[in-house]
Amino acid sequence: MPSLNDFGHDPLWISIIKAVVIFVFLVLAVLFGVWTERKLISRMQHRYGPNRAGKFGLLQSVADGLKMGLKEDLTPSGVDKVLYLVAPLILVVPAFISYSIIPFGPVVSMFGVKTPLQLTDLPVAVLLVLAMASLGVYGIVLAGWASRSPYAILGGLRSTAQVISYEIAMGLSFVAVFLYAGTLSTSEIVAKQAGGGTLDIGSLTIPMPSWYAIQLIPSFLIYVLTMLGETNRVPFDLPEGEGELVAGFHTEYSSSLKFALIMMAEYVNVFVVSGLSITLFLGGWRAPWPISLWDGANHGWWPLLWFFIKLVIVFGFFVWVRAALPRVRYDQLMALGWKVLIPLNLVWILLVATFRALRVDKGPVVFTMLAIIVIGALAVYFYFDTANQRRREARAQEIQQDFETLADAPALGGFPVPPLDLPHYHGVHSSKEVTSGSN
Amino acid sequence: MNFASPAFWPPTTQEIVFLLLGVIAVGSAVLVVTTRQLVHAALWLVVSFGALAGGYLVLTAEFVAWVQILIYVGAIVVLLLFGIMLTRAPIGRSADLDSGNQIAALVVGVATAGVLVSVLVAGFRHAYMPLTPGAGAAKPLGSSIFRTWVLPFEALSVLLLAALIGAIVLSRTDIRGR
Repeated sequence: MPSLNDFGHDPLWISIIKAVVIFVFLVLAVLFGVWTERKLISRMQHRYGPNRAGKFGLLQSVADGLKMGLKEDLTPSGVDKVLYLVAPLILVVPAFISYSIIPFGPVVSMFGVKTPLQLTDLPVAVLLVLAMASLGVYGIVLAGWASRSPYAILGGLRSTAQVISYEIAMGLSFVAVFLYAGTLSTSEIVAKQAGGGTLDIGSLTIPMPSWYAIQLIPSFLIYVLTMLGETNRVPFDLPEGEGELVAGFHTEYSSSLKFALIMMAEYVNVFVVSGLSITLFLGGWRAPWPISLWDGANHGWWPLLWFFIKLVIVFGFFVWVRAALPRVRYDQLMALGWKVLIPLNLVWILLVATFRALRVDKGPVVFTMLAIIVIGALAVYFYFDTANQRRREARAQEIQQDFETLADAPALGGFPVPPLDLPHYHGVHSSKEVTSGSN
Repeated sequence: MNFASPAFWPPTTQEIVFLLLGVIAVGSAVLVVTTRQLVHAALWLVVSFGALAGGYLVLTAEFVAWVQILIYVGAIVVLLLFGIMLTRAPIGRSADLDSGNQIAALVVGVATAGVLVSVLVAGFRHAYMPLTPGAGAAKPLGSSIFRTWVLPFEALSVLLLAALIGAIVLSRTDIRGR
C-alpha cells in the first residue's frame, strides 16, 4: 500500500523508465483507442468500420499517422506563425503531464528496486491535474486565434468557455472526495477506497461499499457529465460542431503532424479524465469485488490489469455515449453547467460537510446552524420567487396589450405584415398549385 | 523567524532557481506593457504568473503554486483573452496601443516598486524561515486559514460576494430602477 512517503526516493533511471513507459502506453492507447472507438461505434451503427489495414483494420490508425506525417505541411497565410506552431504543443504536453500522478498499482519490485507503480505523487496531486487541464485551454484558444479564420476563432471561444465552466463543476465534484479521503494525494485516495468501513445504526452494523462512486454517487454522476464536457466529447462537442463551424478550432490545421498532435491531445485528455475517474471514484487500481476476494489480487503486478480493464470500460462508456446521444445546443450546455451542475454540487458539498461534522463532534451546534442556513435560504428563495412572479405577470400583461393594439392595425408595430386572412388559410387553393407526384 | 542568517555565497541551487524565476517574472511583466501585439501581452502575463507559481514551488508552497496556476493562468488570463478576442484581436502589431498616460504610469510604477522593495528590505532583511517540505500542503494551509485567519478570510468572502452581486445587478438590463 503506497503512501506519500514512498515517493521521491526513486533513482533517476527508474523515474525515466516509468516516464517512458507511461508515454509509450499513452501513445499506443491513442492509436488503438481511435481504432477501438471507430470499430465499436461502427458496430453500434450496423457498419463494419475500418477493416482494410491489417487484421480487423488494427493498423488503420498507424496508416493514418503515417499519412499525416508524409503530407505537405500547409501554413495558411497571415497566421501568427509562432503561436500557430506552438498551440498544438500547448495542447498535448499538459495532457501527458497529468498522467504522471495517476496510480497504476502498489509498490512492486522493479529491477530489484522497491517502487510504487506511479511516476510521482504530491500532497496536492489532484490539483495538478486541474491546473494542467486549465493550461490545455490555451492550446485551444490560441490554435483558434492564431489560424486567423472566423470558424476557428468561434470554435476556440466556444471551447474555452465550455472547458472553463465545466472545470469549475469538475473541481467541485472532487471536493466531496477530498472531504471523505482527507487528502488530495492520488495514491492515498486509492488507499482510502480499500475498505469501506461500517455504518452503525443502533446495534446493526452495515458494511459500506468502498468505492467513492457508490458512497458519493451525486459527485460521481456530476463528474461523469463534466468529464464529457471537459474533453469536448459528444454530447458536448460544440467546439467542433461540423454543421456550423467546419471543424472548430482546428479548422486550419488541415492535415499534418500538427493535426495529429491535436487529435492525440484530445484522446490523451479522454484517458486522463478516465484515469482520474478510476482513481477518485472507481477504486483506483484495486480489484473490483468478486476478484478482490482472492488475496493476491491487490499485490504485485496484477493491479495493472485491473486498472487497464477499468480504463477500457470507461473509454467504452465514452464511445457508447457518442453513439447514443445527439449534440446539445450551446445555451443548453451553458445552462446545464452553470445553473444545474454547480448549484447541485454546492448543495451536495454542504450536506457532505455537515454529515462529516456531525460524525466528528459538536453535532447539535452544527445541526442548529444548518437549520438556520436552510430556513434563511428558503426565505431568500421565496422572496425572489414572488418578485419574479410579479415581474412575469407584468410582462405578460404588456404582451397582451401589444396584441390587442396590433390586432386592429398590424402595421403599427413597425414591421411590414402580410395580410393575415388569405384564402388558402381556409382551404381554398388556387388552381396553379401542383401537387407532388402528379407530374 | 530570525534564525541565524546563512551565508549568501556560494548560493544554493534553490536560491539560483528562485532568482532566475524572479528575473523571468519581472522581465515578462515588462514585456506585457511594452509588446506591440495585444494577444501576446496577455500571453506574457501568463509567463509572468507561471514564473510566480514556480517561485512558490521553490518556497515549498505547493498548494498556493497550483492554485496560482489554476486561478490566475487558467481562469483570469483566459477570461482576458476571451474579452480581447470577442472585441478586437488583430494578428500582428497594432500602432495605437500606447496610452497618453505613459510617463505618469511609469513614475507611479517605479515609485510603487521602490516603496515595496524598501519596506521589504527594511523589515525583513534579517528574517529567515526554515523551509520544510510538506508545510505548504493543503492541510497546514487550511488549518491556518480557518483557525488563525478566519476573520479576514470571511470578511474577504463577503466583500467578493458583494462585488459579484453588484456585477450581476449592473449587467442585467431587465431589473428596472424604482
